[in-house]
Amino acid sequence: VKELFSSLGVECNVLELDQVDDGAKIQEVLSEITNQKTVPNVFVNKVHVGGCDQTFQAYQSGLLQKLLQEDSAYDYDLIIVGGGSGGLSCAKEAAILGKKVMVLDFVVPSPQGTSWGLGGTCVNVGCIPKKLMHQAALLGQALCDSRKFGWEYDQQVKHNWETMTKAIQNHISSLNWGYRLSLREKAVAYVNSYGEFVEHHKIKATNKKGQETYYTAAQFVIATGERPRYLGIQGDKEYCITSDDLFSLPYCPGKTLVVGASYVALECAGFLAGFGLDVTVMVRSILLRGFDQEMAEKVGSYMEQHGVKFLRKFIPVMIQQLEKGSPGKLKVLAKSTEGTETIEGVYNTVLLAIGRDSCTRKIGLEKIGVKINEKSGKIPVNDVEQTSVPYVCAVGDILEGKPELTPVAIQSGKLLARRLFGASLEKCDYINVPTTVFTPLEYGCCGLAEEKAIEVYKKENLEIYHTLFWPLEWTVAGRENNTCYAKIICNKLDHDRVIGFHILGPNAGEVTQGFAAAMKCGLTKQLLDDTIGIHPTCGEVFTTLEITKSSGLDVTQKGCG
Amino acid sequence: RKMAEAVQNHVKSLNWGHRVQLQDRKVKYFNIKASFVDEHTVCGVAKGGKEILLSADHIIIATGGRPRYPTHIEGALEYGITSDDIFWLKESPGKTLVVGASYVALECAGFLTGIGLDTTVMIRSIPLRGFDQQMSSMVIEHMESHGTQFLRGCAPSRVSRLPDGHLQVTWEDRTTGKEDTGTFDTVLWAIGRVPDTRSLNLEKAGVDTSPDTQKILVDSREGTSVPHIYAIGDVVEGRPELTPTAIMAGRLLVQRLFGGSSDLMDYDNVPTTVFTPLEYGCVGLSEEEAVARHGQEHVEVYHAHYKPLEFTVAGRDASQCYVKMVCLREPPQLVLGLHFLGPNAGEVTQGFALGIKCGASYEQVMRTVGIHPTCSEEVVKLRISKRSGLDPTVTGCG
Repeated sequence: VKELFSSLGVECNVLELDQVDDGAKIQEVLSEITNQKTVPNVFVNKVHVGGCDQTFQAYQSGLLQKLLQEDSAYDYDLIIVGGGSGGLSCAKEAAILGKKVMVLDFVVPSPQGTSWGLGGTCVNVGCIPKKLMHQAALLGQALCDSRKFGWEYDQQVKHNWETMTKAIQNHISSLNWGYRLSLREKAVAYVNSYGEFVEHHKIKATNKKGQETYYTAAQFVIATGERPRYLGIQGDKEYCITSDDLFSLPYCPGKTLVVGASYVALECAGFLAGFGLDVTVMVRSILLRGFDQEMAEKVGSYMEQHGVKFLRKFIPVMIQQLEKGSPGKLKVLAKSTEGTETIEGVYNTVLLAIGRDSCTRKIGLEKIGVKINEKSGKIPVNDVEQTSVPYVCAVGDILEGKPELTPVAIQSGKLLARRLFGASLEKCDYINVPTTVFTPLEYGCCGLAEEKAIEVYKKENLEIYHTLFWPLEWTVAGRENNTCYAKIICNKLDHDRVIGFHILGPNAGEVTQGFAAAMKCGLTKQLLDDTIGIHPTCGEVFTTLEITKSSGLDVTQKGCG
Repeated sequence: RKMAEAVQNHVKSLNWGHRVQLQDRKVKYFNIKASFVDEHTVCGVAKGGKEILLSADHIIIATGGRPRYPTHIEGALEYGITSDDIFWLKESPGKTLVVGASYVALECAGFLTGIGLDTTVMIRSIPLRGFDQQMSSMVIEHMESHGTQFLRGCAPSRVSRLPDGHLQVTWEDRTTGKEDTGTFDTVLWAIGRVPDTRSLNLEKAGVDTSPDTQKILVDSREGTSVPHIYAIGDVVEGRPELTPTAIMAGRLLVQRLFGGSSDLMDYDNVPTTVFTPLEYGCVGLSEEEAVARHGQEHVEVYHAHYKPLEFTVAGRDASQCYVKMVCLREPPQLVLGLHFLGPNAGEVTQGFALGIKCGASYEQVMRTVGIHPTCSEEVVKLRISKRSGLDPTVTGCG
């Protein structure tokens, strides 16, 4: 490596670790910050290149020469492709640290023609409009409950889709605006263009009109996120909508078929049914893959009891348009996954929610050698979010093996900027990331699913405490008892450490958050037992868990205390 | 009327549930008012007039408390009601004056306003004594901007009935010294609760009480001045007056007496929630307590004004939606107290109380990923300290 640099006429700073007293300690820290335990360990202009092999590879590809150019050769210190939760968080943090930053954000319109502003999936077609529509549906339920609490009104209460979507879109627009303002205040350059790599350190930005501009940067972060997947059957792109379209649909979707069993599918089906629409969910195999299956089945069963129809073990094979309109009429032909049975149905709207695909295949990654998982499209990164190309990092949903959640993207984006430019060593902590599924009956969880815990720790080493409960607000409202459910999974070999937390009930997100913090601090069953509950709440149920699954005792509820 | 009936039916079902539970566990239940004869014997008069004497090895006093009447105020007893009565009224209380600044006063005034009644709260000095005062004043601010009227610094002197049946209340404004009157349908006293220990004849058993409060004095094992007599719950001096603490204290006591356990009750960091229109959940020390204990230089307070997502489209005012975490300044910055003002405050606070029980530090809470979108995630996103002087208003995503 020394000879290579000398042949390039480059003067190196060399630190011989076997000639300094704290050589071993330095090697340890190097391992921590670069994930490399060997020497030589090469850095060029603040970018970590790697060991001998990687340095020579970089030389062969021309990357090394690029890196050797002075900083002023680049337009920007950092260019981020994608202005979503991860990208914006990273951009803002880097700008705060004094760097020259650009964000390229562009939304390719959906097959139905839907597009949106700055902020990414969460703000425009994800968490935010989803939770608002979920809230709209909950308010409908609350209206039903209210009569039992003495509220009197004569009118029949109905829901106006257009009023709701207009209000939600207004709020989203204010958020888009807020982001643009925020970027401007921090002097982050925002360009509404589609970014594609053309060569090392250089990106082509194409705007709506097709005009191309080129930018260069020392560092890049890919944060392009994902888009909904289509079935690949006749009629899917022409006639079906996805979550990209649902939240700004200018007309009520009417009788809807939701294809899929993801949280997106169930959440959407849930609130659509809450508005009084006729909703069917077509599921290929299991609900909420990856989540605790006992909880997933309870989520589904509650929805079924409240009017959502489920077609289990079917997949659509053809979509035909019977009538044009807003909405029109569609005929769906579906096939059983377990035999030759076929069924037909007519719906106003077909909403596909079968998964999301990473936007990594058309951004020129192959031109600069960033490796992706060819099958999934996701980008494998090391624990400092670095891709196979040293000056290119990635954050958000496109990362392989990381939770696809907004707060995770925000956190990792922020920490990434701090490591790149702020001399920080802090890595993102992906352990015990809590989440909540906002179905009609909400499901909050943190840690392991029961089946995963059994797989990792073996059944005999686990103690699972559980209980059914009846939220106080449901009593007078006459809503069902013995439906809300709480369970914790404890590791007997580690002081009954809580390794899985699950709650099915109202405000599951609000309940789960604090417990996630407690799990971060090493929560055990004993500590739960020692803690006083807040009364009356749903969350307090975790401080009085007594019955274990292994005891086989009944958890059906009768009264108070 | 419909609401009261529904609530009362539910309560009755709970009464029934308790009786069934006692029966199932073969606990004998006597519906009598008991008092001490000597240290091992109590007596009481049953409904039929028959006197019953019961003796026991161990006696646990759990008689709780009852609302206090300001007996020095003319007409208070005849014309005023308390929380004992409000939940059982057959008719709407109408235009109500709530006297007091306790959580009982504010919670009642809150829901009365919420169901559309003209409600006024009369406060002698400060609201929610014992609670964090910054949070308490925000609770009041919210109530005031949502229709509850407040008479601050006033104390009632007389209640009388007018010919038309309404109640006339006379009070003194303590700052100006002026007297004023007002007309109400109902006067609700919520000025504190007292234990009814005098009728227990505790002196016959030798059980000591506090001369100021009449509450029973106990040690850390819930033992009174008499070895085999114990006391738990609201009747005990110096304990939080909360249901879950009473339940746990009772359970642990019995486990120590008969289950061979030596676990004592931990009264530190007991979380609670005030169910005012904008709910206030808290656990640990108030800011003023933390500063008193550790000194201002050793305390760091992180805070944020946030807006619940549900308030946006609904166009609701989120001015008082606020959260603050009181920590020690020295790394790792142990969390001393958490205060949350917002919807579902109880649900938000419970899990964090667990965190504090686990000895959570600010750094650990900040490493916890938020659940999005919720209000509780604002706790794990607290970055702005009071000391920095920066604007603590946080907006939406990230």
